[in-house]
Amino acid sequence: MIQLFKMALRNLGRNRRRSFFSALALGMGLTLLLFMASIIEGEMGTALETAIRLQSGHLQVRAKSYDEIKTSLKWADLIEDPDAVAAQIAALEQVKAATPRLFASGIASVRDESAGVRIYGIDPLSEANAPYRDGMLSGEFLTPDDREGILIGKPLADKLALKDGDQLNLSVNTSNGEIADQTFTIRGIYSTETGGFDSITVLMPLAKAQAIAQAENHASTIFVLLNDTAQTDAVVAAVQAPNYEVLNWKKMNEFLLAYEEMANSYMVFFYLIVLGITATVIVNTLVMAVFERTREIGILSAIGMRGRRIMALFLAESSMLAVGGIIIGLILGGLIIAYFTRYGIFIGDFGITGVLFSDTIHTKLTLEDTVNLSILALVITLLAGLYPAVLAARMEPMQALRAEK
Amino acid sequence: MEVTKIENVTRVFKIGQVETHALRGVNLSIESGEFTALVGPSGSGKTTLLQLIGCLDQPTSGQVYINGKDVSKLNRNQRADMRRGTIGFIFQFFALIPTLTAYENIEMPLLLNGLGASERRERIMHLLESVDLTDRAHHRPDQLSGGEQQRVAVARALATKPALVLADEPTANLDTPNGKQVMETMTRLNQETGVTFVFATHDPRVISYARRVVTLRDGVIVENSTEELVGSGDKA
Repeated sequence: MIQLFKMALRNLGRNRRRSFFSALALGMGLTLLLFMASIIEGEMGTALETAIRLQSGHLQVRAKSYDEIKTSLKWADLIEDPDAVAAQIAALEQVKAATPRLFASGIASVRDESAGVRIYGIDPLSEANAPYRDGMLSGEFLTPDDREGILIGKPLADKLALKDGDQLNLSVNTSNGEIADQTFTIRGIYSTETGGFDSITVLMPLAKAQAIAQAENHASTIFVLLNDTAQTDAVVAAVQAPNYEVLNWKKMNEFLLAYEEMANSYMVFFYLIVLGITATVIVNTLVMAVFERTREIGILSAIGMRGRRIMALFLAESSMLAVGGIIIGLILGGLIIAYFTRYGIFIGDFGITGVLFSDTIHTKLTLEDTVNLSILALVITLLAGLYPAVLAARMEPMQALRAEK
Repeated sequence: MEVTKIENVTRVFKIGQVETHALRGVNLSIESGEFTALVGPSGSGKTTLLQLIGCLDQPTSGQVYINGKDVSKLNRNQRADMRRGTIGFIFQFFALIPTLTAYENIEMPLLLNGLGASERRERIMHLLESVDLTDRAHHRPDQLSGGEQQRVAVARALATKPALVLADEPTANLDTPNGKQVMETMTRLNQETGVTFVFATHDPRVISYARRVVTLRDGVIVENSTEELVGSGDKA
């Protein structure tokens, strides 16, 4: 066995450049796979995290008749006395924050410019606002009793050419189907680095939102964050709210999860195509080696080497090429991914309706992906090596011996 | 004792629609310890006969026996096993594995036979000594002269202590002094170890070493002379 690998190694060493380039092809293929996997992981991993942090929370309590798409504001579709409901949920030990939020749609306008917006009435003191508070680029965060102040995201500020301290007119839909107009002062500009969210979301204190939308003492939802995502089901079961509906993050992010699943299944095809190409390079190298060494195969056969052993010799060569290629791929891929994990890839506002993607992808390589893709590369290379190995093993010694050197 | 026996052997090669009769009914018996030359012009069938005895090929009809065993109907693996244990080969070209040293080339059939490390080492060193190449043990074929390479091939052929060594034009690619040295080595090993040698040649200087000469022409044996008739020629 050791002799077999020694021979295989020396055979590869005979044409070092060719062996190196074959291993390099596999290495570059693996690099590409690892890079793509790390992008998907970085993108999808953060997409879900972002969706939970900014939009869905781990769970929400809503009226059964609430329609998210229409942004219902009728009192029957809202939660009455939301502070009491929120306080009851916040009392559960797994809960990090539970806060009422009121959503309303509207139009922001200044001078001749206008933009459709979504108004988030939030309790400025809640811990759940951390993403906005931490993302303040300029100005001050909201206070609960502010009646004229709002926060807008950076993309909206850029679009309407606004800065903190500027005035902005908001037209807001109300619970009785009318439109209320008021001029607000921009207290600050925030960024969650999620273009799809920041470009349309205007934050204002809950009390003010309730007043302008004529939804007194009502909220669209109780937004709940947990200490640990894994506790979601337990908390959903523990929440006592017979008249309301409790939704978990899976339910609220169905589209994102389905998108992720679809992306993963596309990736499998992508992986197979890339590895198919590198496998072709390996097959080519080894088939050439078989033809170049026909007479040697004849000699080995003449001194009594069985076909299976000749096959093993060529398989040993392909497995060594595979190991070499995988090492190259891990080093090259590791370096490239490490760079983009640190500095990120800016993609801007990657618009898929209903899905929040971060502006910047920070690649994330998991051990699972690394191991799985390396094994896949090894298996496919060995499968590719099977053809030349069988070709060598099937040679008739007499004809092989007659071959020109 | 008969090492090999050939009965009514024919071998027909079919290339497209054309049939070539390489052997047309050959009968031959070779006893243990013989040093026999198969001679004849090109195309007379000597290489084909050697390949049939060496289990590299199968006859179209007739039987080939090695050590009393009919090998004409063996499958690929059985033939490989037969070659590995019983037959050593020396080819016209210096058939060594270019990536292996002289030592490792001789070791290869021993590894295939599963010999232990110490026994392998002992046997290889002895063989290298007997072909006078001890100091070249760790050289690769491209660092050896043609004559040296062929002597390594002789040592490898003898490594497994085979019943029979088959040599196909062993000196054809060597100059006269090297050819002579290889033939003398083979003769000496035949006498020392009693291993049977059968070699195909059309070189009169090589034929002169043989104690028996079997002459083929157009696929049949036309002359079968023993030691008394030859072997006293010019061994230049």
